[in-house]
Amino acid sequence: MSATAMIEPSRSEAGYNFAYLDEGTKRMIRRAILKAIAVPGYQVPFASREMPMPYGWGTGGVQVTAAVLGRADVLKVIDQGADDTTNAVSIRRFFARTSGVATTTRTTEATIIQTRHRIPETPLREGQVLVYQVPIPEPLRFLEPRETETRQLHALREYGAMHVKLYEDISRHGHIATTYAYPVEVAGRYVMDPSPTPKFDNPKMDDCPALQLFGAGRERRIYAVPPYTSVRSLDFEDHPFRVQQFDQPCALCGAEGVYLDEMLLDDAGRRMFVCSDTDHCEGRRADGHVGTGDAV
Amino acid sequence: MLAPGFADPVHDAQGTFRAVMDALARPGLPRRLEAGLEPPAPLTPELAAIALALTDADTPVWLDAGLAAAPEVAAYLRFHTGAPLTDDPARAAFALIRDPARCPPFVRFAPGTPAYPDTSTTLVLALDTITAGEGLRLTGPGIDGTTRIALAPLPERFVGQLAENRAGFPLGIDLILTAPGRVAGLPRSTAVTES
Repeated sequence: MSATAMIEPSRSEAGYNFAYLDEGTKRMIRRAILKAIAVPGYQVPFASREMPMPYGWGTGGVQVTAAVLGRADVLKVIDQGADDTTNAVSIRRFFARTSGVATTTRTTEATIIQTRHRIPETPLREGQVLVYQVPIPEPLRFLEPRETETRQLHALREYGAMHVKLYEDISRHGHIATTYAYPVEVAGRYVMDPSPTPKFDNPKMDDCPALQLFGAGRERRIYAVPPYTSVRSLDFEDHPFRVQQFDQPCALCGAEGVYLDEMLLDDAGRRMFVCSDTDHCEGRRADGHVGTGDAV
Repeated sequence: MLAPGFADPVHDAQGTFRAVMDALARPGLPRRLEAGLEPPAPLTPELAAIALALTDADTPVWLDAGLAAAPEVAAYLRFHTGAPLTDDPARAAFALIRDPARCPPFVRFAPGTPAYPDTSTTLVLALDTITAGEGLRLTGPGIDGTTRIALAPLPERFVGQLAENRAGFPLGIDLILTAPGRVAGLPRSTAVTES
């Protein structure tokens, strides 16, 4: 089957159930998703399955997407903001082959967006579902390795250790040095790991019109942030949460206020800073926006 | 003869789940639920669709008195879902309630545990009407500001029971409300007050 045929709608691989997973597994995941929505930020255990890709490649996100996906959906998959990197391409083809759903790279056209470590720059809208691939769902894991203890800490809403960690950042570096997987408090109750998205994206999670679902395959956890739910990045009154700033716009499309990737251009170390969100960058260039094209 | 289940088990189950997911994600905003089922009375098509989409051998199901009194209902659910039926509401993963006015107090169902609040009962109620934009006032996750929804008929002391349920958060029961062709969600995170 050629690459073009794979992304055509309604040409699914024979012999597989729709979206690969068997119906019993989908039911189990669907029940977990409903509980996750009812208790925002709480990590629901689920019986994660072996998937035809290794752990670390988004098996949790893939299982959540497979359970939610329907024939009428339009699927977009991004990896660090890009639609055209290995992880995104392989997962998009996986669903095109096993479900036959339409795929897209356009954020505005997608009904389900599976993401590894970015939130699209284009604001999400009501009815969209953003599915995050999560490696370590437990925000307290590096402070307390025992699952039995972290369960208790969440039950007691005892998040002092997390504040101590952020405080130690300040005492050591003068500022909160955590730049990704920056802990958030969801709906005023659970502290949650937003997955290793840059903290730049944390404000987009707050009061977002789209449903946000998180799947951790190896760690067997699903959690959720319903639409229009408060997501607050932890901070201190005298050290308020702040996002990264970039001192130049995207070299390709000139966008400011977006997250930039550093691209190495040659062995001499010339670099260029460009949009991490490829769809956003392409859309701006199609609208006639031009960057300087300068390397630094 | 046993009434048939979903005509298209994969996609009908997905469509039912998606309606329920959207309903719980946006409390107070009813969704269309076209079940396409003709289950034995007094089971409604919407209760049957949700049972077929979400329950199986892993989920004990509790039936209210009206449903439990009809052996065809138990036979239908057992055949199509394989779910064990339980007499103990505190052991149920799902409770199907055909007659909301005679629903047992919510505290008799499982609220989950502090470490695992997901081990709670989800109540699925068959109402006559769900009307958005009037009635009870809802706030909480999934709601842009406030929203309103009118429901009938309701269990006794509905708002008071929900306030107690909300006070126990993150423990508590979740409600999936159905009416002919519609489904709405009231997860435990929603604060409900009289208008």
